[in-house]
Amino acid sequence: MPRNITDIVRAGLKKRYRAEARFRLYGITAILAALVLLFTLFVTIVSQGASAFVATELTLSVPVTAAVVDPEGTRAEATLSGANYRKLVLDALDAQFPDVQDRIERRKLHAIVSDGATYDLREKVMANPALIGTTVTLTTPVASDFDMLAKGQVDVSQPESLRRLNDRQIGWFNTLKERGLVSFGLDRNLFVNADSRQPELAGIFGALMGSLYTLLVTLALSFPMGVAAAVYLEEYAPRNRLTDIIEVNINNLAAVPSIVFGLLGLAIFLGFFGLPRSAPLVGGLVLSLMTLPTIIIAARVALQSVPPSIREAALGIGASKMQTVLHHVLPLALPGIMTGTIIGMARALGETAPLLMIGMVAFIADTPEGILSPSTVLPVQIYIWADSPERAFLERMSAAIIILLTFLVIMNTAAVWLRRKFERKW
Amino acid sequence: MIDQSFHYEGVTGHPRLPGRDIKFSINDVNVYYGPKHALKNVGLDIASREVTAFIGPSGCGKSTFLRSLNRMNDLIDGCRVEGQVLIEGEDIYAPEVDVVELRARVGMVFQKPNPFPKSIYENVAYGPRIHGIARSRDELDGIVQSSLERAGLWKEVRDRLDAPGTGLSGGQQQRLCIARAIAVSPEVILMDEPCSALDPIATAKVEELIDELSGNYTIIIVTHSMQQAARVSQRTAFFHLGYLIECEQTDVIFMNPQHPLTQGYITGRFG
Amino acid sequence: MKLPKARVSRPRSPPEVEGADSENGRPDRREAFSRKEPGPRKPRFPEASRGKDSAVSRFIAFSFHCGLFLVIPASVLIFGVKARMDTLILICVILGLAAVMYRMGMARALRVGDGTRPLHSTPVYHGLYVALWCVIPSLAFLLLWLMFEPAIVRGLVLASLPDSVLSGPDGQPLSAQRIQLIYTEIGNVANGLVPVDSPAALMEASAYKDRLHLLGNRGTWAACLAIALGGTAWALSRITPVLRTRNKVESVFRAFILMCSGLAILTTLGIVLSLVFESLRFFAHVSVTDFLFGLHWSPQTATGPDVSKSFGAVPLFAGTFLIAGIALVVAVPIGLMSAIYMSEYAHPRFRAVAKPLLEVLAGIPTVVYGFFAALAIAPLFRSLGEQLGLDVSSESALAAGVVMGVMIVPFVSSLSDDVISAVPRSLREGSLGLGATKSETIRRVVIPAALPGIVGGVLLAASRAIGETMIVVMAAGMAARLTANPFEAVTTVTVQIVTLLVGDQEFDSPKTLAAFALGLVLFCLTLIMNIVALYVVRKYREQYD
Repeated sequence: MPRNITDIVRAGLKKRYRAEARFRLYGITAILAALVLLFTLFVTIVSQGASAFVATELTLSVPVTAAVVDPEGTRAEATLSGANYRKLVLDALDAQFPDVQDRIERRKLHAIVSDGATYDLREKVMANPALIGTTVTLTTPVASDFDMLAKGQVDVSQPESLRRLNDRQIGWFNTLKERGLVSFGLDRNLFVNADSRQPELAGIFGALMGSLYTLLVTLALSFPMGVAAAVYLEEYAPRNRLTDIIEVNINNLAAVPSIVFGLLGLAIFLGFFGLPRSAPLVGGLVLSLMTLPTIIIAARVALQSVPPSIREAALGIGASKMQTVLHHVLPLALPGIMTGTIIGMARALGETAPLLMIGMVAFIADTPEGILSPSTVLPVQIYIWADSPERAFLERMSAAIIILLTFLVIMNTAAVWLRRKFERKW
Repeated sequence: MIDQSFHYEGVTGHPRLPGRDIKFSINDVNVYYGPKHALKNVGLDIASREVTAFIGPSGCGKSTFLRSLNRMNDLIDGCRVEGQVLIEGEDIYAPEVDVVELRARVGMVFQKPNPFPKSIYENVAYGPRIHGIARSRDELDGIVQSSLERAGLWKEVRDRLDAPGTGLSGGQQQRLCIARAIAVSPEVILMDEPCSALDPIATAKVEELIDELSGNYTIIIVTHSMQQAARVSQRTAFFHLGYLIECEQTDVIFMNPQHPLTQGYITGRFG
Repeated sequence: MKLPKARVSRPRSPPEVEGADSENGRPDRREAFSRKEPGPRKPRFPEASRGKDSAVSRFIAFSFHCGLFLVIPASVLIFGVKARMDTLILICVILGLAAVMYRMGMARALRVGDGTRPLHSTPVYHGLYVALWCVIPSLAFLLLWLMFEPAIVRGLVLASLPDSVLSGPDGQPLSAQRIQLIYTEIGNVANGLVPVDSPAALMEASAYKDRLHLLGNRGTWAACLAIALGGTAWALSRITPVLRTRNKVESVFRAFILMCSGLAILTTLGIVLSLVFESLRFFAHVSVTDFLFGLHWSPQTATGPDVSKSFGAVPLFAGTFLIAGIALVVAVPIGLMSAIYMSEYAHPRFRAVAKPLLEVLAGIPTVVYGFFAALAIAPLFRSLGEQLGLDVSSESALAAGVVMGVMIVPFVSSLSDDVISAVPRSLREGSLGLGATKSETIRRVVIPAALPGIVGGVLLAASRAIGETMIVVMAAGMAARLTANPFEAVTTVTVQIVTLLVGDQEFDSPKTLAAFALGLVLFCLTLIMNIVALYVVRKYREQYD
């Protein structure tokens, strides 16, 4: 050798180690970048949504005059439910500001009170007709614009014309505050109501029930079918053309864009079979077709991990194939299958696009009663609220995201826990 | 059957080679895999420019010992090496020693041929490229050609240097790996059962090659086959259960082993 | 009574597993196995069923049968008049019936097996055999009925309408759409949403529809139960000791699971057929070349003879690829480098924390990413752009693309992790043994060796980016613009599908049908990418297996 190799190697070392350090740096930067984005995402959501769990409430002493509620004194249910409670509430508010007489001004003042106050009062009186003739202390959420004001989301320094609230309204609200009538409380409406045109009344309960029904349909269909398909492919399928086609199909379906499943649902379930639009049944059908490949693939992996010796043992003492599978292989593979199923369900819970196609994006103010009544689901509700221009709806949306993510975290934790608990090395 | 409670330690002491040109001098090396004590108090000298063979039953620690000579054991989690491995008087486990530089000096050929999924040329040029040995394309071409020639592969592949190295036959692949190792002009070539995945004809070729190379390189070969050790090596070390039992001239080991264990092994009573 | 031997029992412990496992892992494993073992199996032949031979119990069984065979259908006919029963209840009743029939089948098997010959199958299988005969035919009938009921009712109701309702003022028959409207109105009347001024004919028709429904409902109940009981009777009558019920039950099981796997083919077929069928109707209005190569997309203004010119989808394709490209530019380096760092460098404790965190990114619903893109990243880019003197649209392709990239990072990284760890250890050792540093080994040996797999993974990620909907719906624009400027708003195929189909729909209009044509393009594109990717990845795996 003309030159000493060791010297050459030694001469290059410094540069090579610098390259090594650089490469490591790229790696750690990549991970940190991803984690920083994740962190930003959560911070954004929480900072926007946390305040939605709190509602600004107004406490009013409302005299429930018999003349308005039940002039004839019959206490009939129809009379009580049809009475003009709004007038009572507004009168109570007017009583706080006797100097506001102008009709237009008064209407502006009345904007403080949400429609929810009327419903609350009616509920109270209907539940206890003895309240008629007394003065009821009513604590109800204020209208969303004032809620935003109380939470400091309204830029008061802006010119009046750019604001949704004028100076007088802000003044009245501040007066109420000074009188100690404004307080903060847990936002009940968020949890018990369905969607509403008024942000302060809108809640996620309707969407949550819709999600529940949809997922139930999805689970009922995709779990047994997915496990059955996996059992066939792992334990029964002969190596032939048909099996190959099935396998290729399953792998492809796992990667088909979700919106295409929506189109399928629209054309087949709605168009061909004439199932009702916006129904959790159809949503569940579409989602189960989507989830099926996930479950099949997870179940196959779980079945593969059961060692052949178990099958041989069972077959060896004369068990039939079905008995072998049902009594021995499947129970051992079940934790793995459950893990895959939970992950599939979590994905189905977060799925939005295909459900837009089958009409679950409509405005639905009622909580669904079954798998055939029109409903929406949690992620679609988020999408609907994200589309609305009002700041208050965005706050609701962030709260809905927090709730959705909470469910997903619970499901994924359960999956991880299952995997840890039943993990078994053969 | 061997009495497993047999006390091995200090059976032959640490075989030294006074007056020879020593490449490796190993003192009291212990290797642990986690709690497992894989190599116990091994010490010996390895002479330059000859072939030393390590033999012994599987699990005896011979491969572990080989891998500790160029610190390939560093790659295994939980592996710990104690003791001194001196290469020309320099401890390779000293903190200031650079493992990259060490491995450039002490090359390695593995049990299974492992050519990179690149062309034959790129396989051989890999080492010179990463170490920056060749200053020009011509020089690199020269290194590649001479390495392949020395590995006895040049005639077979000269027309298809751009073909993938993985497309060669098993024996050719192993010789390609040897060519790849000698392309960086190492002082030592460690061979970990280089023929165990090859057929007899390919084995013969590789053995022939080892014989040719032994004039220029210090070669340490781990082998399962006593015949192979007898054919290619000048010195042989016998390992058993993590102990170095005996290290002697190959013909001494095979004709006149000192230790009953060695005797038992080479006569095929266990192993 | 001589009982046949149970043919199957559960093995107490797994057999020996060969190889290294048997050295030290075995005792633990056996323990683990037996821990899972449920308590001793219930005896195959319940004690209770043995006493069935006495005259009293025979009489009870007989009257029980009579009750089932006569009372149930009769009661359905009687009570069904009053109450409309739910299909769900019907299914429950059939399943309950099947449970009863299962016991009966078992009991009967024990009785006929009384003689000298042993039963071919265990009584459990006879029970299952009977139960299957109870469930399958009746549920199949129910399913068929549910599928065709709407069409039959519709046909009958429309046929009952006088011609005056079904024809316009000029005496011509009404269009299919108008008839659909009328039918919907009848449905509304039937549901109690009575428009005050509905014509008498409609009121009558709705009453007729109600009657039909009730009749159909009652008929279904009666028919289903009759079929269930008939099937049971047939099965019970066939039970003999030599009847191979186990084989029959197992073949039903096999057929069931085969059908479930076949569902995958059926789904693909359903997707292809529905997309192709609707697309063909679209291409009756718009020429294929105009659609695939036209540069102008404005379905909202599509009217008149020039309808074809408003459906040029090239701007959508361009927008889709622009956003997917940005996503890949973000996701591939981050995903690949983090996979490399995780698998080759990271301390196990760091990996244990960071890896699940990265996977969290994959679990976040796309609608949340959409919100993040539209309400956090887009305004951020916009204000950044303003500071730099760039004109960034508030619905820029950049914001959508970057967020989409973040979404597919875990996808790229887990796929790369798989392929990188599939690179055999021997290659790494070969390179390190020559004195290469770790990064040299990775860059020059591991990545080139893993390249096909990585390319496959990137293709899969690209197909996912192309098909992603919510992020672009919320954060990318609606305006179809042909541009390569990432700061401008572009629209994508998926955005347009959603825009065209959400809201009021008129079927048959090219506007709606265009969504299916876009869906077809999307499906074909992603299908090709997936097939290529899966093929590449499989070939790659085989190389190192």
